[in-house]
Amino acid sequence: MRIEADQVCVDYNGRVALYDASLHLPAGSICGLVGMNGAGKSTLFKALTGFVRPSRGRIRINGQRVAQAQREQAVAYVPQSESIDCGFPVSVWDVVMMGRYGAMNLLRIPRQSDRVAVRDALERVELLELRHRPIGSLSGGQRKRAFLARAIAQRASVLLLDEPFNGVDVRTEKLMAELFLQLRRDGRTILISTHDLSHVRDFCDLVVLINKTVLAYGETSEVFTPENLALTFGGMPPNLLTGPSSAEEPEP
Amino acid sequence: MITWLLEPLSHDFMVRALLVSALVGGVCGLLSCYMTLKGWALMGDAVSHAVLPGVVLAYALGLPFSLGAFVFGVGSVTAIGFVKQKSRVKEDTVIGLVFTGFFALGLVLVSKTRSNIDLTHILFGNVLGISQADIQQTLLISALVVAVLLLLRRDLLLFCFDPTHARSIGINTGLLHYVLLSVLSLAAVAGLQSVGIILVVAMLVTPGATAYLLTDRFDRMTLLAITSSVLASLLGVIISYWSDSSTAGCIVLVQTGLFLLAFLFAPRHGIFRQHPEIGA
Repeated sequence: MRIEADQVCVDYNGRVALYDASLHLPAGSICGLVGMNGAGKSTLFKALTGFVRPSRGRIRINGQRVAQAQREQAVAYVPQSESIDCGFPVSVWDVVMMGRYGAMNLLRIPRQSDRVAVRDALERVELLELRHRPIGSLSGGQRKRAFLARAIAQRASVLLLDEPFNGVDVRTEKLMAELFLQLRRDGRTILISTHDLSHVRDFCDLVVLINKTVLAYGETSEVFTPENLALTFGGMPPNLLTGPSSAEEPEP
Repeated sequence: MITWLLEPLSHDFMVRALLVSALVGGVCGLLSCYMTLKGWALMGDAVSHAVLPGVVLAYALGLPFSLGAFVFGVGSVTAIGFVKQKSRVKEDTVIGLVFTGFFALGLVLVSKTRSNIDLTHILFGNVLGISQADIQQTLLISALVVAVLLLLRRDLLLFCFDPTHARSIGINTGLLHYVLLSVLSLAAVAGLQSVGIILVVAMLVTPGATAYLLTDRFDRMTLLAITSSVLASLLGVIISYWSDSSTAGCIVLVQTGLFLLAFLFAPRHGIFRQHPEIGA
């Protein structure tokens, strides 16, 4: 198993964010993490990246504890690009190179192998020609691809993506979908947090439904039932929640 | 013009003042890049004020004042973090509350300690009358701060940019947080030599902000921040010599002036920019 979580509880100063969450995800899968805002999606991500420590339960990644998995560069987190300060004075190349930091020595001086990994990752997300541009000058979709390239350069076996399809252009969406399939073929496990149900149907083999705990998980075709979705979204009919896929955005 | 620049150099105290303020300016300029990018201007203000009781106690006990400043600088930040976590009060309120409390404690301690501390020197700087011992201490602090910032340069940059990623690849972000705060406390002590506690936050923020307007590259930003900060310190000291006015005030005014120039005329991010398209 790539990811094993058993009865995980997380609370912030006594406020419960997640309880008894259990899920097992195999290598080589694309899994949608579906829930409302505040349902615990980002808390689960934080627990998997080691940002918060569960108050109960255990998490194993590649059979190892989170701290050990981090040291082996097993987990990559792809942020919502809105959560990143876009005025930051770093280039696209610099951002992707950050994926290699964990594999470098303490001074973080890139070796030839690091540069090759960054170049290769940039090629795969079709941003190589924009590598010298400041990260803030990219469009939303290009920025998402840059952070995906960072995860690819890191060669992580688990990729956590936070709302990857939010406000991206058509080209980026197609490219990302292709990359996800390639990564799955390489045995990576991709966990996609989203509230856009149409994308789950299109891309994900597995789905995890979450509302303060894991309500259900498994094959998308089995788990994605109207009853389960009603449970996830607090009784609201799911057809109201499958709005238009995403706003299109022109590339500059 | 040449005499304007050279005449001050005929006095030993002016040479010392120029060298010390240039050094302090450079060190604070380097750090200011991280402060502006991390959004820690208020934190810099807090720490620089909170070191006052530490400086006073260290003087009274005959210890190096950087030690006292360090303890109280880091202590204030720990107190801020603790109160924020354990109460419902918002962070900026807690910062304002804690640093004024520390500063007030320092004022009371100054008035109650029988020593030859001159409060105005701590508050407004006294680079023209700096002692040999203070120079040595400033040199040591500066070397330490620069060494830490250069060694951890990439980690700190990543910590400012995307702490979640830093954490997920196994970098100890909690440690980095405190390293940056410790360096901030030390730089505040160095900075108060030249401009005093009240204005040291300008040294820790303005050069970084100026440089940020001038470039989209971090390496260039650090170079520009250091350059503008050193330049402001040198010019400030010379202007204060000729105009017989507050040295700290002159240094910070020149810094503010440089920022205004960048604000108006920076090629890409200034008001009168030539290229309205960012990154074009």
